[in-house]
Amino acid sequence: MSDVARSDGADSSAARRGPPKRPLRLSWSDERFRGIVWQVVVVGLVLAVIAWLWRNTVHNLDTRNIATGFGFLWGQAGMPIADALIPYRPGDTYLRALLAGLLNTLRVALIGILLATILGTLIGIARLSKNWLLAKLAAIYVETLRDLPLLLQLLSWYVALQGLPAARQALNPVTGVYLSNRGLVVPTLVWQGAHGWALLVCALGIVATWYYHKAALARQMRDGQPRRVWPVALLLIIGLPLAIVALLGASWSINWPELRGFNFAGDSVLSPEYVALLLALTTYTAAFIAEIVRAGILSVSQGQWEASSALGLRRGLALRRVVLPQALRVIIPPMTSQYLNLTKNSSLAVAIGYQDIVSIANTTLNQTGQAIEGIALIMAVFLVVSLSISFAMNWYNARIALVER
Amino acid sequence: MNDTAKIAIGTAVAGVPEAMPRGPSSGTGRIFKWMRQNLFSSWLSAAITLLLAFLIARALFALVQWGLINAIWSVPDGQTQACRAARGVGACWAVVTEKHRFILFGTYPFEEQWRPALAILIFIALYAVSAMRRFWRKELFVIWLGALAVIGVLMWGGVFGLSFVPQERWGGLAVTLILATFGLAFGFPLGILVALGRRSQLPAIKTLCVVYVELIRGVPLVSLLFMASVMFPLFLPDGINIDKLLRAQIAIILFAGAYLAEVVRGGLQALPKGQSEGADALGLSYWQKTGLIVLPQALRLVIPPLVNTFIGFFKDTSLVLIIGIFDLLTAAKTAIIEPAWQGFSLEVYIAAGVIYFAFCFAMSRYSQRLEADLNRSVRR
Repeated sequence: MSDVARSDGADSSAARRGPPKRPLRLSWSDERFRGIVWQVVVVGLVLAVIAWLWRNTVHNLDTRNIATGFGFLWGQAGMPIADALIPYRPGDTYLRALLAGLLNTLRVALIGILLATILGTLIGIARLSKNWLLAKLAAIYVETLRDLPLLLQLLSWYVALQGLPAARQALNPVTGVYLSNRGLVVPTLVWQGAHGWALLVCALGIVATWYYHKAALARQMRDGQPRRVWPVALLLIIGLPLAIVALLGASWSINWPELRGFNFAGDSVLSPEYVALLLALTTYTAAFIAEIVRAGILSVSQGQWEASSALGLRRGLALRRVVLPQALRVIIPPMTSQYLNLTKNSSLAVAIGYQDIVSIANTTLNQTGQAIEGIALIMAVFLVVSLSISFAMNWYNARIALVER
Repeated sequence: MNDTAKIAIGTAVAGVPEAMPRGPSSGTGRIFKWMRQNLFSSWLSAAITLLLAFLIARALFALVQWGLINAIWSVPDGQTQACRAARGVGACWAVVTEKHRFILFGTYPFEEQWRPALAILIFIALYAVSAMRRFWRKELFVIWLGALAVIGVLMWGGVFGLSFVPQERWGGLAVTLILATFGLAFGFPLGILVALGRRSQLPAIKTLCVVYVELIRGVPLVSLLFMASVMFPLFLPDGINIDKLLRAQIAIILFAGAYLAEVVRGGLQALPKGQSEGADALGLSYWQKTGLIVLPQALRLVIPPLVNTFIGFFKDTSLVLIIGIFDLLTAAKTAIIEPAWQGFSLEVYIAAGVIYFAFCFAMSRYSQRLEADLNRSVRR
């Protein structure tokens, strides 16, 4: 009844929106009916499997006397963490241990992404070099590292670092810097408030320089006169912070590393686990990034190079101002997935005993038996981190996307 | 950035290699000309060439010294003094010659090790057959089923007069190949189904597939393997217990399914809409349309990225080391656990690396050739 009424009045709009909706027939020959049946069957099956697994799990947890819920997070962790970024003692809670693990993951992932991008870009450009030797070397690097499992590379780096001399016979390339199988030790500054202020001013200086650079470019667009940016940068980024330090009268006392027993005292140690993980992730991901960068540069047509040189741009300038901005549009999406891969691969840390979030969650679930909560935590952390990286990269991608008329 | 620019200025990034002009006819003249163009085209280029040549020569010299001249190839039965003496100056390949059976076959009973060896050969033959385009037909499916069944019989035994070998004794390269191949054999159909589901018009099925793919791709494989090793036993009712290798295998299949689904989806999206509309116009059912029109074309489009994904899985199977399954890498790591052989891990890792590299390099070369081939015949 209502169907008839609708089709009467909506003739004109139906023509615009495509075919009108037919009434649902309860027959297998009706496509929509089939679709609904299929969905009910599939969803029902999935729900049934989940319910079955759920019942088994509840039963198993009951018989094994394993508690459920996240109450264990406030229990005493009792595990030592070798290099935590936040103050942590074995007496602290699981929550704090997991937080330390998360920071360790982020520390290796963020610095790894930065280093892999730099190394990968250099190698990708080197592979396109006209210098035959350089190009071949870059090609060999890429082919070799891409075809070996990351875990194998990680274990090899770790073994190689452990092959360094013991702390007592540490290599001493520069005064105060010691390299041994306990890691890298460097002298550190005794931290004072004035240094913090100087760092803040330095950061502000970088931002200000960036804006000055943009303004200078805008003015160059108007009158064609190039303007120097580096004196302003020097003043804002280095001069001002130094002036602040001098004004506040901060001292420059330095903590020199000293050998105590079998190891160095002080905590400014880059542990061999961290360095091995960082090296493995960086060199492995750089091989993939190099290929992405190479493909991106190749995707820009030769005519762009020729037109740039016809305008009198030097090759470096043409690369920076003409080719790279266009190549970036091809480069960024696959680069995002490499960044995500690097972050997920940082979980291999557990194989060499670097205590990242996966390693600590694993210890936690071994100690408490609460496997489901532990795994859920790992998954939640990685989902959040992955989504944040995708979000940031998508934002950047939208910003550099070609604005079409 | 500055460094980038510098290299670019000096050595000139070349988009498309320029056509080389005809050089002088004499051999040395041509070589000189080639060197001037490719090694010494500018001052910076010449400096880079000389520096690299120096570094390569030094590295090669050190490598030959360590790996060949000062290396120790065999030692009398577990007596590793010679190796210890040569530490730091020469490689101890004796550990590889001594332990190669263990690295390849793990703790499989020694007299029966011809069985995993044969299984490995069947795997390699299977890959070779699958790589040949002449065999890309329905019969390939039967070949795969047959080969996997034969491998199962060989590894387990218990029939045809072969003694039974429990899964805990399996190890080495055979396990790596089993994990990779079975992961692929089951993950690929799963991936196709999920990719189809993700492009389906039915909202509930689409949502399920999206959730599955994004959830699996969002977390590291390590966490899936942990889940397989500690959570699967909780999921199952009392009395039913599946062994560790099968649990890891399930995790790898789920993982492979999600990644392959995304690759297949790329192919489905790249296929012009007219193909499926044409199939609809002919009155084909959904499965006829998918199986006869859409998939054969869509899969063909994504063969190169599929091979790249396979390479990734082959490498990723090494992660089962973390949950203590005896694959090639774990066997290599365990081979040197005896005190006598401790400290020679680099040599063992190099040996395992050569095996991994051989498989991955072959696949990647194949993928490059295939891509060129397909691009020649299919213009898109």
